[in-house]
Amino acid sequence: MNVKKKKKKKYLAFHLMLLLPVLFLVVYSYIPMGGFIIAFQDFKPIKGFLKSEWVGLDNFMTIFKNPFFGRALINTVIIAFWKIIFGQLVPLVFSILLNEVAHAGRKRVAQTIIYMPYFISWVLMSGIIIEIFSPSGGAVNRLLELVGIEPIFFLGSNAWFKPIIVATDVWKRFGWGTIIYMAALSGIDLNLYEAAMLDGAGRWKQTLHVTLPGIAPTVIMLLTLSFGDILNAGFDQVYNLMSGVTMEAGDILDTLVYRLGIEQGQYSISTAVGLFKSMVGMMFVLLSYKLAHKITGYRAF
Amino acid sequence: MYYKSSFLRKVFVVCNSCILILACASCLFPILHTLALSLSSADAVAAGRVSLLPVEFQLDAYLHVMEDARFLSAFLVSVKRVLLGLMVELCMTILAGYPLSKTKKQFPKRNVYMGFFLVTMCFWGGLIPSYLVVKQTGLVDTIWALVLPGAVNAGNVILLQNYFKSLPDEIYDSAQVDGAGEWRILLQIFLPLAKPILAVLVVYIVVAHWNSWFDGMLYMNHAEKFPLQTYLQTIVVEIDPKEVFNVKDLQNISTRNMKAAQIFVAMIPVLCVYPFAQKHFIKGIVLGSVKG
Repeated sequence: MNVKKKKKKKYLAFHLMLLLPVLFLVVYSYIPMGGFIIAFQDFKPIKGFLKSEWVGLDNFMTIFKNPFFGRALINTVIIAFWKIIFGQLVPLVFSILLNEVAHAGRKRVAQTIIYMPYFISWVLMSGIIIEIFSPSGGAVNRLLELVGIEPIFFLGSNAWFKPIIVATDVWKRFGWGTIIYMAALSGIDLNLYEAAMLDGAGRWKQTLHVTLPGIAPTVIMLLTLSFGDILNAGFDQVYNLMSGVTMEAGDILDTLVYRLGIEQGQYSISTAVGLFKSMVGMMFVLLSYKLAHKITGYRAF
Repeated sequence: MYYKSSFLRKVFVVCNSCILILACASCLFPILHTLALSLSSADAVAAGRVSLLPVEFQLDAYLHVMEDARFLSAFLVSVKRVLLGLMVELCMTILAGYPLSKTKKQFPKRNVYMGFFLVTMCFWGGLIPSYLVVKQTGLVDTIWALVLPGAVNAGNVILLQNYFKSLPDEIYDSAQVDGAGEWRILLQIFLPLAKPILAVLVVYIVVAHWNSWFDGMLYMNHAEKFPLQTYLQTIVVEIDPKEVFNVKDLQNISTRNMKAAQIFVAMIPVLCVYPFAQKHFIKGIVLGSVKG
C-alpha cells in the first residue's frame, strides 16, 4: 500500500513537469489544428469559429478553379524536387571529400566555415544575394562582364528565378547537411578497409566498394524521407527573393496562402489552400516513411 | 597504415584541397564582401569597385546605423525576445524532456504523452488559425507573441529526452535508492550531466529566435515593435524592377553600403554563437534523428 502511494506520488511529479508544456501545446498547436474547420466555412472574424456559415467544399472548388493555385502547385513541386535531389547529393559528395582530409585541424576549420551560411537568416541572406546578383555592379555580373557577358537581372527574370532559388538554398545548407553523412561515414567498420586493402584495393576502390555501400542505407533513407518535403519549397527564401515580376516562376503554395490570407483577408480560402498542402504533404510524409522503412529495412537488416 | 602514397593519390589530395578551399571561399565570400561594402564609400559601392577589400575606407555607414533609432530599438526587441525565448523554451524543453525520457515501466503514461508531442511535429494548424489563436489570447503587439507560441518545440524535446535516455540506468536507480525525489534527480543529477546537449539546445534556440522574422511581421501591427530581422526585412529585401534600366536615383545608391552595414551588424551575434556548440552538433543531429 505504502509502495503504491509512493509510486503515485512519483508519477505526480512527472505529470506536474509535463503540465505547462502540454498546456502550451494545447493552446498554440492543438487549437489551431481545430481551426482548420474554417476551410469549410465562410469564416467571418466577427462571427467566430462557431457561428460562421458552413459552406462544405465550396472553398476547395474555388481554389481548384483559381489559375494561381495550379501555377503555385507546379512551382512548389519543381522547386522542392530539385532542392531535395541536390540537397542530398551535394552534402554527400562533400562529406566524402572532407573525410579524405587527414589533418584534423584543417578539417575542423573547413567544417566551421561551411556550416556558417546555414545559421544566417533568409532575410539577411536574401539581402546579400540581391546585392551580389544585382544587375548594376553586383559581384556576379561584374565577373560576367570580364568574360564579355552583358549584365543579367537574375532576380528579375522568370527564367533564372528557380535555378537561383535552388542553387542558393543548396549552397546555404550543404555544409550543415554533411554532418549526418560524416556521422554515417565514421560508423563504417575500419576492418572493412583493412580487408579491402589486403585484397589489393587502392583508395578509389575502397571508396567504391566500402565507403559507398557503407553509407548507402543512410543516403537512401534520407533521400526517401526528404520526399515528405515535396510541397515545402521554402517560404522564407522565396518570399524574400520574389518580386512582382517573378511571380510567374516563383509563386509557391506558401506565398499564395500568405497573400490570400493575410494580405487579402480571405481567411477561409487561404486556410483551404493550407489544408490541401498539409494533407497532401502528410500523405507524402507517411508514404516516404513507409518506403524508407521498406527499402532500408530490406537493405540494412 | 593504408596510406600508400602513389602519384594518383597526390593528385587527388591536391584536387580535393582545391575543391574544399573553393567551397569554403564560397561560404566566406558573401560575408567578407558584405563587410567590405559596408566599409566602403557609397560612390565606390555604386560604381561596383568593391570586392573583398574596402574601397575609400570609411565608417559612415556604421555611424548611420548607430544613429538609426529604429534600428537600435529593433535590435533591443530582438535581444529581449532571445533572452525571454531562451528562458521559457529551455525550461519547457527540460520539463518535458525529463519525464519523457523514462521507460514505460518507470512512467506508465509516457507513451501517451510522447504521442501527444509527436502529433505537433506532423500537423500544423496553418497560418490563419494560428494567427487567430495568438490574437484571441491577447498577445498581438506584445513581446510574448514572439515567445509563447513556439515555447514548446517537440523536436528539441525529443533531442533532450534521447540524451537523457542515453545516460546509464544506474545513475537513476542509485539516486532513487538514496531517496531523491524526481525534481531533485532532474535538477541535481541529470541536468549537470546534460551540459553538452543543453549547449546545442541553447545555440538552436538563440539562433532560431534571432533569425525569426515572420512572426514579427504577422503579430506586430506597429513597426516600432518589430524585432531586428522583421525591421530589416522591410529595408534590405527590395528588388527594384526598374533597376535593370539603370535608373540610379542618388538616394538608392547611397543606401547600398548602409544596407550592407545593417546586414553585417545583424549577422554578428549568430556568427559568434554557433562555433561554440560545433563539436556537439554531430551528437545532437544523430540523436535527434533516432526518434522514439
